[in-house]
Amino acid sequence: MKKLLAATASVALIAGAASAEDIKIGVVLGFTGPLESITPAMGAAAELAMKEVTDSGKLLGGSTVTSVRGDSTCVDAAAATAAAERVVTTDKVSAIMGADCSGVTGAILSNVAVPNGIVMVSPSATSPALSTAEDNGLFFRTAPSDARQGEVVTDILKEKGIGSIAISYTNNDYGKGLAESIQRNFEAAGGTVTISAAHEDGKADYSAEVGALASAGGDVLVVAGYVDQGGSGVVRAAIDTGAFSTFYFPDGMVGQKLNENFGAELNGSYGAYPGTDSQGAAMFKDLAGAAGIDGTSAFAPESYDAAALIMLAMAAAGSSNSADFSGKIMDLANAPGEKIYPGELAKALDLIAAGTEIDYEGASAVELVGPGESKGNYQEILFADGVYSTVNYR
Amino acid sequence: MDLLNAIVALLNFVVIPATAYGAQLALGALGVTLIYGILRFSNFAHGDTMALGTGFVILFTWWLQSMGLSFGPLPTAFLALPLGIALTAAVVLLTDRSVYRFYRKQKAAPVILVIVSMGVMFVMNGVTRFVIGVDEIRFADGAKFLINANDFKAATGLAEGLAFKASQAQTIVTAVAVVALLFWFLNKTRTGKSMRAYSDNEDLALLSGISPERVVAVTWIIASGLAVIAGTLYGLDKSFKAFNYFQLLLPIFASAIVGGLGSPLGAIAGGFLIAFSEVGFTYAWKKVATYVLPESLAPDGLAQLLSTDYKFAVSFAILIVVLLFKPTGLFKGKSV
Repeated sequence: MKKLLAATASVALIAGAASAEDIKIGVVLGFTGPLESITPAMGAAAELAMKEVTDSGKLLGGSTVTSVRGDSTCVDAAAATAAAERVVTTDKVSAIMGADCSGVTGAILSNVAVPNGIVMVSPSATSPALSTAEDNGLFFRTAPSDARQGEVVTDILKEKGIGSIAISYTNNDYGKGLAESIQRNFEAAGGTVTISAAHEDGKADYSAEVGALASAGGDVLVVAGYVDQGGSGVVRAAIDTGAFSTFYFPDGMVGQKLNENFGAELNGSYGAYPGTDSQGAAMFKDLAGAAGIDGTSAFAPESYDAAALIMLAMAAAGSSNSADFSGKIMDLANAPGEKIYPGELAKALDLIAAGTEIDYEGASAVELVGPGESKGNYQEILFADGVYSTVNYR
Repeated sequence: MDLLNAIVALLNFVVIPATAYGAQLALGALGVTLIYGILRFSNFAHGDTMALGTGFVILFTWWLQSMGLSFGPLPTAFLALPLGIALTAAVVLLTDRSVYRFYRKQKAAPVILVIVSMGVMFVMNGVTRFVIGVDEIRFADGAKFLINANDFKAATGLAEGLAFKASQAQTIVTAVAVVALLFWFLNKTRTGKSMRAYSDNEDLALLSGISPERVVAVTWIIASGLAVIAGTLYGLDKSFKAFNYFQLLLPIFASAIVGGLGSPLGAIAGGFLIAFSEVGFTYAWKKVATYVLPESLAPDGLAQLLSTDYKFAVSFAILIVVLLFKPTGLFKGKSV
């Protein structure tokens, strides 16, 4: 009896693996809206991974993978839910690569992905709130939570011997979440947060905000804002009034604009933004460049990795059913196993078929922690001679 | 030493910024009050006249800079100012000719003219965005600081720095000069006197042979001059963004009404009153209090009456209090 069962099971497994199918993966990103400038590269990166797998012919007996795009709009939860509902119920996708912004990602997760039992891998949602969202093990992200950034900020500040900080954050989900995360971590590490105050973007003058920050005091001003927006205004007013001379810049503030706007005035200030020195990033840049995609565009590597993880998990589970492969994603992304870099998906599929463990590194040095989110790799920057440069990876 | 530190902190974060801001508001409110006094309606398009005029000044500034001209330590925008004022005055006169004159001829009620000015405001709003765009523009050049915070700290050995931006000094000096010139014009020249006569009693003025069209035209020219100067100073001191001038409309009207609509002196007093209240109410007094008070009385909190987000609420509150208890304003302007 036992033998018979084992035999039927293995036959069924072989039969399942052998029947090629047309697998669809939903690419739900904000193709219109505030992120429309970076989502084309993100979508193209995910589709690049699908093409690579399809061309190899090694997934589930030569199955092809096609993408079905949906527009998350980044800001409109109702529109995003409708778009995701369409790709899931009408196009019958096996998984969703997306969404991009934290708000719509949460909406799609609770309204579409969980009720339909569809795996969802977001390349760019960073809100700490998503770590505790009810997801039945279906939600993953190749972007780090801002909770992790709070730890990085605290580590860097503590290493510099900073005892007290003031925080100015942009008044939205990103700024608020990040500011809370920084405050919680910094205070847990024994530091003092003298004030954590919001600033509105798009004002002409931030001297009043800086007046309050200056009154509270602190060794360093942490500016959790946007470099193109109020963040630069706060820094400008703080420098002009002599309120602060050293600044810490989280990811939203690090950009070429800082050098242009302030230059040498920021010498001695520092910060950190996502980035890795792993060989995967360079390999992905070449791979994407050959396909006509800008591989350094924000969250494009994370998008490639999100799509790749979904397909490798299908191969490992021998099924394109979300319920079957959702459990495999964490194993594939983390050690132990043979490291897999961008462009090596065919090799990964071979290894999986041979039963060898793999550790998917991908373009963004993926390592999933906690409830299935990227551990996060940050590069630490330091201003000297009017420009910032990367001094450390953590 | 502590007292000195307290004074410096107060100067740095309250007195100097509020004085510069007050001067900008006062210039804006003067324009509003002038229009109200002579043309007898509240000109809602004033904020966008400021934006449009400043846009013109920026364009002229770029043109002058492209020709290699500069104004030494002063911003090039000061050279471009007369050109900007001339162009803006032309636009405003054209608006008066094509829009306001029709309603004036019909002796339309002031409230209709207010609505008309709102229409003009929206059109100007759009035109400004077409001409100069919606992005933030910084067009200040020349010397940046009269007193630099870090140099001040090093020179005096105080813990607090004092920053006095060149743009703040320029604002205050220009405002004083413009106000002096305006009062001289209104009180001493023939045209100024005829404007005041027209404002006091239209019919009597007409009987004594004052040309109404001339008075109206001169009023518009002066008002647009004030608007462009105020807008340019604001843009130099902070930064130019078309939408911000629309938001300035509230504090400007609050200033004019608090001082008494139609009273030039009131507009100036109102401008400073609003500016100092906005800054004073939203400033966190902890630092100053810690320096001045004995240790046992020093506050633990920020000692901030209102979060800086509520800056505009201060203007609103003052406006309502004044309208409730002294509708003619502090300087007995015309009642609203």
